[in-house]
Formats: sequence, structure tokens, C-alpha cells
Amino acid sequence: MKTVITVVGRDSVGIIAKVSSVCATFGVNILDISQTVISEYFTMIMIGDIDNITIPFTRFVDEMAKLGQENSLEIHAMHEDIFNSMHRI
Amino acid sequence: MPNLNDVFETINMIREECLDIRTITMGISLFDCASEDPNRLCNRVYDKIMTRARNLVEVGNEIEKTYGIPIINKRVSVTPVSLLAGNLNRDDAVRLAQTLDRAAHELGINFIGGYGALVQKGFSAGARVLIDAIPEALSSTQCVCSSVNVASTKAGINMDAVAEMGRIIKQTARLTAGQGSIGCAKLVVFANVPEDNPFMAGAFHGMGEPETVINVGVSGPGVVASAIRRAGVCNLTELAETIKQTAFKITRVGQLVAREAANRLNTPFGIVDLSLAPTPAIGDSVAYILESMGLEKCGCHGTTAALAMLNDAVKKGGVMASSHVGGLSGAFIPVSEDAGMIEAAKCGALTLEKLEAMTAVCSVGLDMIAVPGDTDEAVISGIIADEISIGVVNTKTTAVRLIPAVGKKVGDMVSFGGLLGEAPVMAVNPHSPASFIARGGRIPAPIHSLKN
Repeated sequence: MKTVITVVGRDSVGIIAKVSSVCATFGVNILDISQTVISEYFTMIMIGDIDNITIPFTRFVDEMAKLGQENSLEIHAMHEDIFNSMHRI
Repeated sequence: MPNLNDVFETINMIREECLDIRTITMGISLFDCASEDPNRLCNRVYDKIMTRARNLVEVGNEIEKTYGIPIINKRVSVTPVSLLAGNLNRDDAVRLAQTLDRAAHELGINFIGGYGALVQKGFSAGARVLIDAIPEALSSTQCVCSSVNVASTKAGINMDAVAEMGRIIKQTARLTAGQGSIGCAKLVVFANVPEDNPFMAGAFHGMGEPETVINVGVSGPGVVASAIRRAGVCNLTELAETIKQTAFKITRVGQLVAREAANRLNTPFGIVDLSLAPTPAIGDSVAYILESMGLEKCGCHGTTAALAMLNDAVKKGGVMASSHVGGLSGAFIPVSEDAGMIEAAKCGALTLEKLEAMTAVCSVGLDMIAVPGDTDEAVISGIIADEISIGVVNTKTTAVRLIPAVGKKVGDMVSFGGLLGEAPVMAVNPHSPASFIARGGRIPAPIHSLKN
């Protein structure tokens, strides 16, 4: 199972490092990163493998939201099935 | 890997365009709770609901967090209570409603449906007791919803029940006069009622349903309105395509949530209801969809055609997205729950007569409409009879949820709060159908009901 983590906000040093660090803490293995900066705004999608996650996924969602608040970013972790359901037949 | 545009399209739908799952509704059969002793009946009903639905709210919250999609309501629907009420008196039937209310509060759900009766051909003893108890039941509870099916294409229209419901609605309005006659917002009169509808106030657990079942209602008027605005200048064939594609995406989320909820609750999945259900929030309105299609104001000439196309396109897009579609499945047009409808009714663009025409081409019927408190009960029965006959003749569900707001006159506002919103009191034709309604009896089933 995979999670899609989206990060949106003003660009600064170390955003990817902070998000990756929380993933590593809870056993979420990063599979893919797509990232871009448009006029100082940072946008990233990260795909993580959650098969070996060490906490309930709903808690991981909270941890990511907390990280976002601490760094003035919008960070959301969502199960990938919602995107697959909506956009793939 | 999901592509970047798809991910942000989904997130935008949820955060900016009010996409949500309107309700996860667990249907629970109460047949095995039947008892000659009213106390035992109440205890069994309470215990069964508490056992079967104990994890409903928790599971709903977990799914909400996992997929990042808001799930606004968790609800329970039960076997029509009239089927268990044959041995009860009126006070027992009120106590049963209070038992349902207590269970709803304990579970943390916002509504429990099924305090109702099916009387399309006539009244059983239980149906009579229950209908008689409705005003007091709704005025002494908060979460209980009631529905009465007075007609079907197969059976025709039970005009005795139509007359009775005019009285019951007025009485309910009087008993809840202190809160804007809110009791009437929890009471629906149906024709061709579906037995698997997850939406309130009409939800109940039908006779042919399994022991327990999960039905899900999606919502997304804001998403459809945005898609139409993005489509820009295009003809109606192209616009219908846009609506279909959007409805498909919305419904797929409903299907995902329904399947997941059914798995986690170890309960069979019933249906996804494709209805576009508005809320009073700005940007979550069916009227705005119609206006974004090119109407100056919802209710102007052309509204019925626009709504017909919307309703059809939503079904065509949605039906492929779910393995089982059911319930009401169509656009809802509840006046008090839709910011655009409220505006249109306030400025006089939307009238009761136009709403009646609109219900011929979309789901449900005259929904959440406030009328003057002094409206005669025969006039209310006349409105019910008109609306119900549209359903019976066109082999579709129609319903009436009218609020004769005590002490209010045309142009006043009535506020119900929360999802029920607020409604401007609309004008009613003052001429009386009383002699017609007083005839009673049954309007025979239409000829095209004989299909065998």
C-alpha cells in the first residue's frame, strides 16, 4: 500500500529533508518524488510505501499535518487509493 | 505513480469545491426485536442498534482521515417501525421513538431514520398507531426521522393517507413551533419510496434488505459547478459530457468509501446513491450549477430543461463508477439547504409551482420548503397529492417535506440551523382543494403499472 504526500508552500531550505525525516522515523519508504518551484512556491508530491509503517496510518496523517503547521506549509498524507479510484478505470 | 495534475485535481475538489461524502448510513433490520411487551421491544431495539452500529462513527472517522475526504454524517436506518408497532398504543410508539433517539445520541450519529410506515394501499394497525404518534415523537426527539409512503405506481394513491398527512404535518409544526416548526424538517411523505436510500429524512431499512447493510451518499454540487465554469463556452452536448465525467469521478470516491466502510464494519455493501446533495455552504449549491449553465436565476424559464439534463448526465456518469447504484440517485433541490435556491426564492424567481415542475425531472420532490403557518391542512394535502401523482404516473420517487412555519408569513425567514439551513416562506395558492381531499379513497394505479 502506498501514500501520496503533497506539500505546498513558500520555498525554503530543507523541506524535502524534513518530510523525508518524518517518513524515515515511522518506516515509510519513499518510492518517488516529483517537485517543482514556481515563483517561490514549492510544490511536491511524494509517494511512500506504507507496508512497514510503524504507527497507524491515521497517526502518520496527523504527524504530517503537524509538520506542515510547524513549517507554514500545507502537508497532506492520503492513501493512494483515492487518486487511483478517481482517475483510473 | 498518480500524476501531478490528477493529485491536485482531487485535492482541489475536496478543499476548494466542497467534495465530500455526505453520509455513511448503516441499515439495520429490527424484525427480530418484535415483542408483545413494549418494554422488551424498546430494550431489544436499543441493544441491537447499539451492538450493530457501535463502530460506525469510529470507522467513518478513520476512513475520513485515511483518504483525506470529509465524511459529513454517519447515520443509521432501521426497519419501518410501524411493522413492529401492531401491539403498541400511541404512548408506546412515542417511547420507541425516544429509544431510537437515545441510541442515536449514544452512538454519536446525527440522524436515525425509519420511524415510518408504508400505507400506499391502506393502514395496518401498526401504521395507524405510528402515524398518530409522529407529531409527539418528532417533537420529543432530536435525531429521529420519519417517512410515510402514501402511494406507488403499482398501488395508486392512498388519499386517506394524503389527507391524514396534511393533519400530521400541521400538528408537528404546532408542537415544534418554538424551534421554527423543525419537526416537519424530519418528516417526509413519499411516493415510490426507495428501500435503500441513505439520505435523511427518508432513509429506512427496507423489507428485502439484509440483516445489516452499508449505503453511501456522495455529494459534489460545487465540483460540478466548477467543471461547468471551466468548460466555458460550449454547446449542451459538450456540457453533458463534462458533467458525466465529473459525476464519474465523484461517484468513484463514494464507491471507494462504501467498499472500505463495508469491509471495516464487516457488513455487506448495499448501494452508492448518486445524488447531488447541496448544503447551505456557498459553492455547494445545485441552483448555482443551473445558473452556471446559463440561467440568470434558478427558477426562470429553462430551469426544468437544465435540471433534466443535469440529472441525466449525473446518472450516466455515476452508474459506471459504482457496482451497485440505488437510493434516490438524482439531483436534490431542497430549498432551505441550498444557498442558490434560497436566493432565488427570496427574489421571487423560484416559486412553488416551478419547483413542482422541476421535481418531474429530478430526484425527490418538494423538499424543505417553508409555507405560511396558517396554511390550511387541506391545502397541504393538496400539495402532497399533486407531487405524489407526478411520482406515481412517471414511475419515479417523489416526496414532500413542507414546513408550515407557525407564526410566519410569506417573505419571512425560518432558520433550522446546520445542514437543514434556512428557508424563505413561500406563497401558496390560497384556493381550497378541501372537498376533493375530503372524498378520500384511493386513486387507482395508472394503466402502465400493469406490466406483466
